[in-house]
Amino acid sequence: MMKLNVNGADHSIEADPDTPLLYVLRDDLQMNAAKYGCGLGQCGACTVIVDGEAIFSCITPLMLLEGRKVTTLEGLGTIAKPSPIQQAFMEEQAAQCGYCIAGMMMRAQALLDRNPKPTDDDIRQTLQPHLCRCGTHMRILKAVHRAAELMQSAGKAAPKGAI
Amino acid sequence: MTRLTALAQVSLVLLAGIIGATAILSWHAQIKPVDKANPETFDPALVKRGALLSALGDCSTCHTAPGGKPYAGGMPLPTPFGTIYATNITPDDETGIGTWSLAAFQRAMREGVDREGHQLYPAFPYDHFTQVSDDDNAALFAFLKTRPAVSARAPDNDLPFPLNHRPILAGWNLLFLSKGPFQPNPAQSAEWNRGAYLVEGIGHCGACHSPRNALGAEKRAQAFAGGEAEGWHAFTINAASKSPVPWTVDSLDAYLSAGWHGLHGVARGPMQAVSDNLSQVPAADVHAMAVYVAALMGTPSAQQTTKGDALVAGLPTTGTGSKPQSAGSQTVPLPVTAASDPGAALYANACASCHESGRPVPFGGIKLSLSTSLQAESPRNLIHLIVSGIPANPGLKGPMMPGFGAVLSDQQVAQLATYLRATFSSQPTWTGIESEVAAARKASKLADLAGAPMQIVSTTSR
Amino acid sequence: MNSPITDVSRRSLLTGTGALIVSFSLAPSASAQAPAAVPDPTANPLTMKVHGSLSVDPYLDSWIKIDASGSVTIFSGKAELGQGISTALLQVAADELGLPMDRLTLVTADTGRTVNEGYTSGSHSMQDSGTAIRIAAAQMRDLLIASAARQLNVPVCELVVSNGTIATKDGTSVAYGALVGTTDLHVQAQPVSNFREQTALKYMNSSVPRLDIPAKVTGGAAYIQDMRLPGMLHARVVRPPSYKAVLKSLDTAAIEKMPGVVKVVRDGRFLAVVAKREFQAIKAMRALAAAAQWSETASLPDQTNLPAFVQASAAKDYKILDQHKESNPGVTRLEARFTRPYQAHGAIGPSCALAQMDKGVVTVWTHTQGVYPDRAAIAGMLRVPPAQVRCIHVPGSGCYGHNGADDAAGDAALIAVAMPGTPIRLQWMREQEHAWEPFGPAMVTEARAALDSTGKIVDWNYSVWSNTHSMRPGGPGALLAAQHMEKSIAPPPPAPLPLPEGGGDRNALPIYAFPNADVMHHFLPDMPVRVSAMRGLGAYMNVFTIESFMDELAHAAKIDPVAFRLAHLDDPRAIDCVKLAADKFGWDKRAKSANGRGTGFAFARYKNLAAYCAIAMEIEIEAETGAIRILRAVAAVDAGQAVNPDGIRNQIEGAILQSASWTLFENVSFDDTRISSIDWSTYPIMRFNSVPMQVDVHVINRPGTPFLGAGEAGQGPTAAVLANAIADATGQRLRELPLTPAKLKGAFRI
Repeated sequence: MMKLNVNGADHSIEADPDTPLLYVLRDDLQMNAAKYGCGLGQCGACTVIVDGEAIFSCITPLMLLEGRKVTTLEGLGTIAKPSPIQQAFMEEQAAQCGYCIAGMMMRAQALLDRNPKPTDDDIRQTLQPHLCRCGTHMRILKAVHRAAELMQSAGKAAPKGAI
Repeated sequence: MTRLTALAQVSLVLLAGIIGATAILSWHAQIKPVDKANPETFDPALVKRGALLSALGDCSTCHTAPGGKPYAGGMPLPTPFGTIYATNITPDDETGIGTWSLAAFQRAMREGVDREGHQLYPAFPYDHFTQVSDDDNAALFAFLKTRPAVSARAPDNDLPFPLNHRPILAGWNLLFLSKGPFQPNPAQSAEWNRGAYLVEGIGHCGACHSPRNALGAEKRAQAFAGGEAEGWHAFTINAASKSPVPWTVDSLDAYLSAGWHGLHGVARGPMQAVSDNLSQVPAADVHAMAVYVAALMGTPSAQQTTKGDALVAGLPTTGTGSKPQSAGSQTVPLPVTAASDPGAALYANACASCHESGRPVPFGGIKLSLSTSLQAESPRNLIHLIVSGIPANPGLKGPMMPGFGAVLSDQQVAQLATYLRATFSSQPTWTGIESEVAAARKASKLADLAGAPMQIVSTTSR
Repeated sequence: MNSPITDVSRRSLLTGTGALIVSFSLAPSASAQAPAAVPDPTANPLTMKVHGSLSVDPYLDSWIKIDASGSVTIFSGKAELGQGISTALLQVAADELGLPMDRLTLVTADTGRTVNEGYTSGSHSMQDSGTAIRIAAAQMRDLLIASAARQLNVPVCELVVSNGTIATKDGTSVAYGALVGTTDLHVQAQPVSNFREQTALKYMNSSVPRLDIPAKVTGGAAYIQDMRLPGMLHARVVRPPSYKAVLKSLDTAAIEKMPGVVKVVRDGRFLAVVAKREFQAIKAMRALAAAAQWSETASLPDQTNLPAFVQASAAKDYKILDQHKESNPGVTRLEARFTRPYQAHGAIGPSCALAQMDKGVVTVWTHTQGVYPDRAAIAGMLRVPPAQVRCIHVPGSGCYGHNGADDAAGDAALIAVAMPGTPIRLQWMREQEHAWEPFGPAMVTEARAALDSTGKIVDWNYSVWSNTHSMRPGGPGALLAAQHMEKSIAPPPPAPLPLPEGGGDRNALPIYAFPNADVMHHFLPDMPVRVSAMRGLGAYMNVFTIESFMDELAHAAKIDPVAFRLAHLDDPRAIDCVKLAADKFGWDKRAKSANGRGTGFAFARYKNLAAYCAIAMEIEIEAETGAIRILRAVAAVDAGQAVNPDGIRNQIEGAILQSASWTLFENVSFDDTRISSIDWSTYPIMRFNSVPMQVDVHVINRPGTPFLGAGEAGQGPTAAVLANAIADATGQRLRELPLTPAKLKGAFRI
C-alpha cells in the first residue's frame, strides 16, 4: 500500500513497486490522459508532471513517487473550465488523432511554468522528446505560443480574481 | 581543482612568464591580410581531403555553436580557468579567417598565434596540431576557405585577470609547447605510424584523454591516463585501461567508426561527436588509429583476459533464436525484492527491464558488468547517464535512454550509483557522489533552460 | 442483444459538446434499426459517383433517424480516424436538415447499426458518406416539409424551415418530431435532390471547431484505449520472433502461477496471457516470451540490394496506358530509376481492441478502418456465421492505413472466445506494432521521356514494380491470429487493386497531356515482407517519381518547372491549383539557389480523380552535415466544396509533415529472418528539430461541386517537392528514398 498524490488528491495504491506510474494512473485511478505509446521513454505520449518536471510515466516505477506530487492533464482543467493551455489547443485546433497531444501539453505546461515567455526555439527544443505521427507539429507550436499569451493575460487578470 | 586554487597557482607561476618572457616571446608579426580567396580556385580533391581532415580533427565540433552555422564559432568551452569561446573559422573577412593566408593558418596550427599576431588559448589544441604536416594544413585550409562565409563574432572569453591577458601564453608555450613535425618511429609499422600521426596530431585525443596539470597543460608523463571533457570523464586509454573486456584493434576500430561496440557500449557525451566524425573518414585511417591506441593499451594481462572472457561467456545469445522482440525489447526483469538495499530496489524496478533484457547494444541497454563507466575512478559519466539519459539522435537510428534525473532524488542517484559500483565492478566505493550529482543536474538544467537554439540534424552514419 | 453493461457504457460516453459520437454504446438502442436489407442493385438507380454510398443502401432512414421527441441521429459507415470526419458529416447533415449541429448525434461504423460502407480509406469519407448523408438529409427535409404542408394545409412554397421546425408565414409551425409519426421516411432516395442554396448554409464552407478535440485535450475518454468495461481483464499476446518461426516448446506452468494471471491462451503459435491488471499482463507476457522456444527460418530479401530484389521478383504485367498520337520528333531523351524502401505506419498508440463473447455473439470494439470486412474476417477465423460477430468502431490512435488494428481485433476475439462472458482488453506493445504491422511496400519505378525541340514532352514511358497495396481483411487469412492458430488460415492470394483508383499503380497514369505514353504495372504477388495499404498507396511513390522526373525534364528543356508543368496541363482546376501555390509562395520572385538553399515545386491530383494539391517549398541544407531544414512550404488544395476548410488545412499540413518524415528518414530494416526496426530508436521519424519553420495551406473552395477526398492528397507532392528543392540546392538529383542526411551530404560532393 502506497500513498500517491495525483492532481492534489491522495490515493492509496496497492500495486507492486515496479509498476510504472502509467498503469497506476490508467488502471487504478481510471484516468485517460497519459497514454501508452512505447513503454521505453521514446515517444512522450505518457508524459505527466512530477513536482514541476515533465517525466515519462511509462518508465517511472511507483516506488519513486512516494511523497511526490503528480499532475496529469486532467488536473489542469476541464471542458467547462479549461486551463490556458487546454483553451489554446482548442482554439488552434491543435490535434488530428490527438493521441500524442496530452503528453505534449504536459511537457509544454512544465516549460511555461518555468519560462512564461518561451521562444519558438525553446518550445521546439523542449518538445524534442515527443513524437507526433499525424504531423500536427505546426499547430502544436502555435498552441503553446497561444497558451503563453493566455497565461500572461490570466496572470494579469488574476488579482481581480479572474482565474 | 577549484577555480580559485587553480587561479592562484596559475598566477604565481605565470608571474615569471609575464615578466621574463612576455616582452620577447609574445611578440609575433602580423601576417599580411590576403584578399578573399575564390573558392573555385581550390582543387576539389584538396578540399575533399581537407573535409576528411576536418572530421578527423573534430574541427566543427568545437567551432560550431549549438544551432549555429558550421565553423562559425561561438561554442562555449568550459575550462577550469573560465569559459573560452571557439572562434569563427569560416572565410568571413571581418569575423572569420577570410583574410588569412596559408602561412597565417599554418602558424596558428603550429604556434597558437592568430594572423594578427595574438596568442591563442590552448583550448585550441595547437600543442597537438603542431604535428600536422604541411600538406594536411594546406588541405584543411582549402576546405575551410571553401565553406560559406558566416559573419559571426564569438562572445568575449570569460577569464579572470591575468589569464585574460594573452601575452602570458607565451610563458605557457615556453613551458609546455613542444613544436615540431611528427616524428615517425621506424621500429613500428606504417599503420602504427599513421595512427600515431592521427591520434597525436590532428585527432588530438590526448586533449581529453590525458590529465592536465595546474596550468592546464597535458601531463605528458601520464599521457592517455584519463582526463576531462565538457564535464565528462574521458576514460583511460593506455595500459591502465579499465575496460572490463580488454580492447582489441578490431573492437576499437568498430567503436570509433560506428560509435558503439557490443562489449563496450555506446559512445556518448563528447565522444559521440568524435565517433560521428570518424564514421565519415576512410576506414584505413580509423583502423590505423585503432592500431595505435591498442598499442598504447598493450597486451592485457592473463587475469584481465580471463575476466573478460568470463564476462563474454556469460552474455545472453543474440540474433536469431534469442528472446527480445517477440514480446517487446524488454523481457523478464529481475524479481522485485523488498531489498533492504534501496539501490538494489532502484535497479530492479527502474533499470533492469532494459539492462537485463538481453537486447543487444547499441539499441538495448548494456549489461552493466561490461560498462567502463562503472570501473572509472569517478562516477561522473554514470551519473550523467542516470540523470540525463541518452536523447534520440534526430532522424537517425541510435540508442535512446530516458533520463531519470527528474524522478530520482540526489540521495537515490547516490544509492543507485553505489549499488551499481559494488555489484558490477570490483573497484573501491566512490566518494563525492553527491557533488557529481549536483554537477550533472546543473549541466542538464543548463541544457534545458539555456534556450539554446536547436541543433538541426547534424550527424551521419556510414 | 441487450447487454447487462449498458449502464457503464453510459458513464463512459464521451463528455463534452452534445453532438459527440456515442462511440461506446454497447447495444443498439431500441430505436436504432438493423441495416436495411440491401435492395437489388439493378433496381437502384443511384450511383456511387453521384450519390455516394446511397448506391449501397438507398433508404433514407438508414442514414438519418428522427424520433418523436425530435432528436436526430445520423448514421455513417465511415469512421473517425482523427481526420475530423465526425464533425464534417454533422456539418453537412445539419445544414441540409436545417438544424443546429448540437441537436444531432452521430453513430459511426457499427455492424449492428450502420450501413456497410466498406473501408474508411482512400480519402473517400466525404465523397461517399458525406454525399449520401447530404442527399438523405435534403430529401428527408423535403418529405417533412411536404408532410407539414398537408397537415397545415398550405403550399410547400410558403413554408420555412428553421431549427427543426417548419413554419408558415403567419407563425403556425410544426416540429420535425411531430411529423415523423405520419411521414414515411423509410423510402428510397430519388436521383435528384433539392439542396439548400450555398448562401443558406450555416455550417458547410466554414471551419467549425472539431467536436472531438475538447475531450482529447482535457483527458476525457476519447480512444478505444480508454474504454473500460466492468469485469474487464487485460490481455497481451506474444508473437513469434519472425514471420516463419515455429513454436518448438513452451511450458506455461510457471506463468499460470504468476500474480494476477487468469489464463494463458495457446492455439498453435498464437500465444496470449490474460491477467487482472494491465502491468501483470505485461509481466506475464514477458515471462511467456522468455519461456517459448522457436525455430526460425530465413525468409527475407537482402536489404542491401532491395531494388534489385523488387525488379527481379516474378511479375504479372499489366499495360495500363498505351496511347499514341501524331507528335513532333523527340530530340532530348532522359531516363531514370527511383526506389522506395518498406515504410511503416508507425501509429503512436499501439493497436488495441476489446472483445466480449456473450450468448454466442462476439462483440469486438476496434479501431479498424472497416467494421464489415473485419467482421467477416473474424467470423471466418472463428468459423461462425457473420451474424455472430458484431464489430463496433471506436477511435484509436491515427492509423494512416492498414496497421495492426484489424489484427488486434482478431487477437482480442480469439482470446474472448477462450473466456466466454469476460470482456477482454488487448493492447499490442510498441515492438509488436513495429515488427508485425503490414508495411507500405518497397517499390521501384523507371521513367523515360523525350522532349521535342520546343521543350514539350512527346513521348512518355513509365513502369512501376510493386506488391499489392491492400491485404486488408476480407478473407480471415488476413488476420495474424488466423494465420498463427492451430487450424491456421493462409492469407488470401494478393490481387492488384483495379484502376481508376489503383494500388501500386495509383497515380502511375500521368495527369499531364502527352501525345505518346506507355505505362506498365509490374504486379508482384510474392510478399516476403508483410505489406498492405499505407496512406496514399502507390501514389506516394508514383507522384514522387513523376514529379521528380518532370523537374528533370524541365531542367533539360531549360524551362521554369512551374511553367513547364502548366504547359502540359489542360485541366483548368489543376492549372488554378498550380498557379495559386506558385503565387502564394512567390515563385517568380524566389531566390536563386545558393549556399545550400533551394526551392522546389510539385503537383498532383490524388488518384487523378480526388483532391488537387500543389506544393512549393524552400529548404536549406548544411553541406557539411547534410542536415536539412524546411524553411517554408506553401500548398494549394482544391477538394471541391470545402465542408470544413480548416479540417482540410489540418489534413494537408499533416500530410506535408508526415510525408517529409517518410521521405527524409524512414526505412523498415530487417536481417534475413527478422524485422529489426522495432521501436523509435531503430525506426526514427521526424522530431521537432526537423519540423518546418513555416507551413501555409490555401484551400480553394468550390461550393456546389462534389466533395473530393483530401486526406492523402499531400503525400506524393511532398516527397517530390523535397527532392526537387534538394536538386535545386545541391545540383544533384536524389532518386532513392529516403533522402537521408548522408545522401544529402553526398550530394554536395565535398
